Amino acid sequence: MNWQITSFISGLLFSVGLAVSGMTNPKNVTGFLDITGDWKPALMFVMVGAILVYATAYRIIMLMFPKPVFEKEYHLPAATSIDKKLIIGSVIFGIGWGIGGYCPGPALTSLGANARDALIFTLFMFAGMWAQKIWDARSVPNQN
Amino acid sequence: MNSEEIKMAFIGGLIIGLASALLLLFNGRIAGIGGIAGRLITFRVPDLMWRLDFVIGLVIGGLLLKNILPASFDLDSRTPVWILAIAGLLVGFGSTEGNGCTSGHGVCGISRLSKRSIAATLTFMAAGIVTVFILRQMGAYQ
Repeated sequence: MNWQITSFISGLLFSVGLAVSGMTNPKNVTGFLDITGDWKPALMFVMVGAILVYATAYRIIMLMFPKPVFEKEYHLPAATSIDKKLIIGSVIFGIGWGIGGYCPGPALTSLGANARDALIFTLFMFAGMWAQKIWDARSVPNQN
Repeated sequence: MNSEEIKMAFIGGLIIGLASALLLLFNGRIAGIGGIAGRLITFRVPDLMWRLDFVIGLVIGGLLLKNILPASFDLDSRTPVWILAIAGLLVGFGSTEGNGCTSGHGVCGISRLSKRSIAATLTFMAAGIVTVFILRQMGAYQ
């Protein structure tokens, strides 16, 4: 039960960070990406702040806690090679991000705030995730 | 850009970093929201619940923040459905195919100095910048 509470609190706190930073407004995001036009560089500092805290915390946590508080082990990404799948996926993601100004976190938070665009975006985002899984199952037939 | 925007962006970033650190410390998980949400829809993973809790936290956060920080949201925008559909499909497909989005690669991965995440972040930033540039040339922001 405790692990459910901490996961919920983490999601809740994450949404506060997104809203405070302005990431939840897609106009800020497209403004941030619009470097040759009406550039709004402020969102760069979201990354600076988040990385500052997480990079520090990550090292302290890994040093002081051999395992997570409510889990048997850490679930960290194992892949290390930069492959075609990573790059193509990131290009596709970036195009969608540029068009809509929403990425998954801000979309889910804005959906909670009852933003009409975010609701429609999120429905199609889940459809896209679903499509990728079907695509993956087809292209890698021996994978479970 | 003014200093107030920079300050809020930075403070928001600190909070995002803290939220991600809590998920690592207590649940041992990377706060990559594309992945957390994406694996919700497979319905067969044993660890469905923590994902659901995290996503519910995000959504309830939005519900509460709507009244506290209304200017942070784009509540009145009525973008044509087909545009939102294309954007949503690409974000969903791409973040799953590339194993991460702004949070998973851009924050957690870069902090861990993952080469994959640094490459992914540079790639989706570049793709986003080019996309907005093209849309601007097409007159989308007039």
